[in-house]
Amino acid sequence: MTTSNSLVYLIALPLLGATILLLAGRRADKWGHILGTLMSASAFAVGLYQLSQMLGRSNEARPVTQKLFEWISVGTFNVDAGLLLDQLSICFVLLITGVGTLIHIYSISYMSHDHDRRRFFAYLNLFIAAMLLLVLGNSYLNLYVGWEGVGLASYLLIGFWNQKPAYATASKKAFVMNRIGDMGLSFAIMIAFATLGTVSFEGIKAASGTASTAALTAIGIMLLVAATGKSAQFPLQAWLGDAMAGPTPVSALIHAATMVTAGVYLITRSNFIFDAAPTAQLLVVIVGAITLLFGALIGTAKDDIKKALAASTMSQIGYMILGAGLGPVGYAFAIMHLLTHGFFKAGMFLGAGSVMHGMNDEVNMRKYGALRKFMPITFATFGLGYLAILGVPPFAGFYSKDMIIETAFNSGGSKGIILGTVTLLGAGITAFYMTRVMILTFTGKARWDEEAHPHESPLLMWLPMVVLAVGSVSSGFLLSRGDALVNWLSPLFAEHGEHSELMKPIVVSGLALAMVAIGVAIAFLKYSRQEVAAVAPEDVSVFTKIARQDLMQDRFNEAVFMRTGQQLTQVLVKTDEAVIDGAVRGVGRLALGSGSILRGMQTGFVRSYAALILIGAALLIAAIWVVVQ
Amino acid sequence: MEFVAPVLNYTLLSPMLILLGGALIGVLVEAFVSKALRPITQLSITLGSLVLALVQVWRIRNEQSMTAAMGSVIIDGPAVLMQASIIIISIISVFLIADTEHFTALAAALPGSDEERHALQTGNQVTEVYPLTLFAVAGMLLFPISSDLITLFVALEMLSLPLYLMAGLSRRRRLASQEAALKYFLLGAFSSAFFLFGAAFLYGYSSSITFAGIRNAVVGGAGNDVFLLIGIAFLSVGLLFKVGAFPFHAWSPDVYQGAPTPVTAFMAAATKVAAFGAMLRIFYTSFANAQWSWSPMLVVIAIVTMLFGSLVAIAQRDVKRMLAYSSIAHAGFLLSGVIALNKAGLEASIFYLFAYGVATVGGFAIVTLVRDSAGEVTDLNRWKGLGKRSPWVATAFAIFLLSFAGIPLTSGFIGKFAIFSAAYENGATSVVIAGVLSSAIAAFFYIRVIVLMFFTDPVEDGTSVEIPSGLTSIAVIFSLVITIALGVFPAPVLNFISDLATFIR
Repeated sequence: MTTSNSLVYLIALPLLGATILLLAGRRADKWGHILGTLMSASAFAVGLYQLSQMLGRSNEARPVTQKLFEWISVGTFNVDAGLLLDQLSICFVLLITGVGTLIHIYSISYMSHDHDRRRFFAYLNLFIAAMLLLVLGNSYLNLYVGWEGVGLASYLLIGFWNQKPAYATASKKAFVMNRIGDMGLSFAIMIAFATLGTVSFEGIKAASGTASTAALTAIGIMLLVAATGKSAQFPLQAWLGDAMAGPTPVSALIHAATMVTAGVYLITRSNFIFDAAPTAQLLVVIVGAITLLFGALIGTAKDDIKKALAASTMSQIGYMILGAGLGPVGYAFAIMHLLTHGFFKAGMFLGAGSVMHGMNDEVNMRKYGALRKFMPITFATFGLGYLAILGVPPFAGFYSKDMIIETAFNSGGSKGIILGTVTLLGAGITAFYMTRVMILTFTGKARWDEEAHPHESPLLMWLPMVVLAVGSVSSGFLLSRGDALVNWLSPLFAEHGEHSELMKPIVVSGLALAMVAIGVAIAFLKYSRQEVAAVAPEDVSVFTKIARQDLMQDRFNEAVFMRTGQQLTQVLVKTDEAVIDGAVRGVGRLALGSGSILRGMQTGFVRSYAALILIGAALLIAAIWVVVQ
Repeated sequence: MEFVAPVLNYTLLSPMLILLGGALIGVLVEAFVSKALRPITQLSITLGSLVLALVQVWRIRNEQSMTAAMGSVIIDGPAVLMQASIIIISIISVFLIADTEHFTALAAALPGSDEERHALQTGNQVTEVYPLTLFAVAGMLLFPISSDLITLFVALEMLSLPLYLMAGLSRRRRLASQEAALKYFLLGAFSSAFFLFGAAFLYGYSSSITFAGIRNAVVGGAGNDVFLLIGIAFLSVGLLFKVGAFPFHAWSPDVYQGAPTPVTAFMAAATKVAAFGAMLRIFYTSFANAQWSWSPMLVVIAIVTMLFGSLVAIAQRDVKRMLAYSSIAHAGFLLSGVIALNKAGLEASIFYLFAYGVATVGGFAIVTLVRDSAGEVTDLNRWKGLGKRSPWVATAFAIFLLSFAGIPLTSGFIGKFAIFSAAYENGATSVVIAGVLSSAIAAFFYIRVIVLMFFTDPVEDGTSVEIPSGLTSIAVIFSLVITIALGVFPAPVLNFISDLATFIR
């Protein structure tokens, strides 16, 4: 372990930015966005410096720690506020600050007409700081602080335009659903402390060898609950679509590239727990598999470009979770997909923002069409992201997604076949809905509203898109060349034995490409050959209707949780009023009554006070007399 | 008879000497400096000597000596911690005292006389409160480091006499203020008599007036136990009077209400540290081996004090009286630190004293800010809706109240948690149960004030919040920062206390 004093700057710089911007108020309106961008960029620079230092050291010496201060020290419960930067967290640090900085730059232009732009940058800085704390904390408790911090930043940013009630509701929905996940994390921490006596990664890793499987399974399941909340996984996925109410750069940064992947980070970070708790690990895989299909199906029915992309995010994170659930062999691939996804999905979201920018904030794809000619750069960058998410070689997704599919097939037995099939199917559906997005937006006939005057976005907006597009093209190749990322991360994970090879990589890639081709073909037949209705047709199959309603997830939540919850609260409120309030009021009245009586002792006369002292002294003597006797 | 010249270790005594020197200069300033320059000169001298004294305390923090003043004082870790706490609290209080608006222009004039009016009109403000403060602080520094009964008594009077005077200096409601001063003086004298009586019995028991001598007698068990017990009981009356424990508390609500609020703040916070400091020292060293005799007595007093303070505070309508009863309840909580009689109890008590003292000064600082044309408004009904009119002031007050109530993330929580767990460790379960119960009762009236400030509509009656003067703002911000910092990151301070807090005997 190497120690360093400069880790804290990673967090301190954006935090300082947020503080200055929030405290300075309107005075900072002129330069706030520049300061915010600079703070994020300098954090990125610190990250690069750390990477260069880390590359120069041997595998064992690569993790860097910094103790900030002794945080809590009560009895046997000792937690230091400390930071840990290892091979895993550096990936996140660079993704968060790198993509984060690009999105700051993009936002300068995107938000230029908003008179609250400074506040927006303050929240963005706050998010960067919290997210860095999340990935840099050296214990679950420190991680938890960052975890709550990103939740807060996400809430503030989804509801940034909270003058619209629907947006305020969306942010509240995200907040509440995240709370359920956060409960999971806090339970995990409590169970870890109660059974293992520590909450630091190092301590739990050391203790996990001797701990009971039951305890580890309980911790693992609770961590999974936390991950499903933050990463919009089944069954806590319903908030992500509504979260698209936030400004598009937010969707790109928080709800595509970084925050929603925190669940993947959590599971990968806790590899020592899941490796020792097979049941929890199996649940991880199941959640991932369900979500990847679930998200993909929702994506096929969405007309709102951002919601279609959000559904896709959900589905892609499903791939990552599934990868992480496959154990030591899958962690590195999950992270690889997370990184490549960070590039192409953020790029596509920025592209969507660019389209909306040119189309008077219209999000309905049925009112787009033929934008290719008017927005060539957006089209090109979006198109490269599209090829990347489809997994067309040699774009990024080809390397990362195919590795997950391959690992799924090779995980052995019927489990392997089921998971492999699901991931393949997901790839096909992904190809279908992404092609649909491409066709509806960029090709075909113009179906715009009359006042729309589409135009290419300004430099500050398309430049980040171009950089991300370069990443979408090259990141997969670069990360997998010579197993670069796998070797980089391998010291952190347990050794994994050779798996039975069900299918050769080339076969998997062939199958995947075939599925993609089918998906693309269907989309072409359905949307390119036929006229697209400007209004979504109503006479559709029942499946489409269900998919349009996010597979009934809101209905389900409403019927199962909200209604019963409301009834439960009703009962509780009644009980509370009758029993608890009654008791409290009774005690209060008793206390007030006795207080009033005792108050009568305060006569204001010195003589009675002196008498009281005398009586008190006499009582003491009497008491002593009793003691001596 | 041969006269031996006293050998004094001036370095170790320097904090007190600096303050006494500053006080004497203050008296001269009062006599010779023009009235225009007086306030600023006095303030500079007072703050200067306090800061200098604090620096000296810091420099001697690792010293240990029983012979600094011919065996009359002990310098050790707890002594340094207590002295530092007293000085820091006094510095914050002096920021409040510096607002002359609270003090009568001419204390010697009869209330309502022409003389008084003339002094007020010509701006002939006397500033004797500064040297009085310094004298009192010097006495408070001596109180917890005394190591024999005579020095202890001298220190007691040294800190009390200036306080009696200061209580009578209020500009508004002067009669009430003078009444408070007189009450405080009479009852103080009464309890001092008990104190001396107890000291005499202890001498009779042990033939010694030093703490070490009494301790040896207790350990040896040679003397007459009845003398020891009566001695402890009467000595306790004097000490319990100073900390305001039931049934020796009766003076405190009247005095807190009558005294000028900055003086109340100083008295409530700093006196408690000094008195508990002395009490902890004598009970932890001299009487430690006679625990069987005094422990039940203190347990009962602690429980009754906590419950009494919390219950009566509920019925108060005046914010200063409410804080007075709350301070009685806190005296009860602090007594559980004495009962604990272990190192954890000592550490917790020191932390609690400092945390509570700082929050108390902060709370009273806020009280000085809520005024109408006739001065401070202390009627709680008129604090309604304060949060809507002055959100910052109300928020600060709410944080101090939450700290008194012991809500996590404030210093009060850490203090209560530490002191109750120390008492529990020593098997004083009944005290802990009563403590938690009365904390719950106390939370009720603290939070009621918060509800009053934030969730009720303001009454339109001209109550306004003064724009805080620079010095008052510093006092509030300083207290606020300490209150929150000790609640969120208590570890450094707890460790610092833990390293030093061992009595030498």
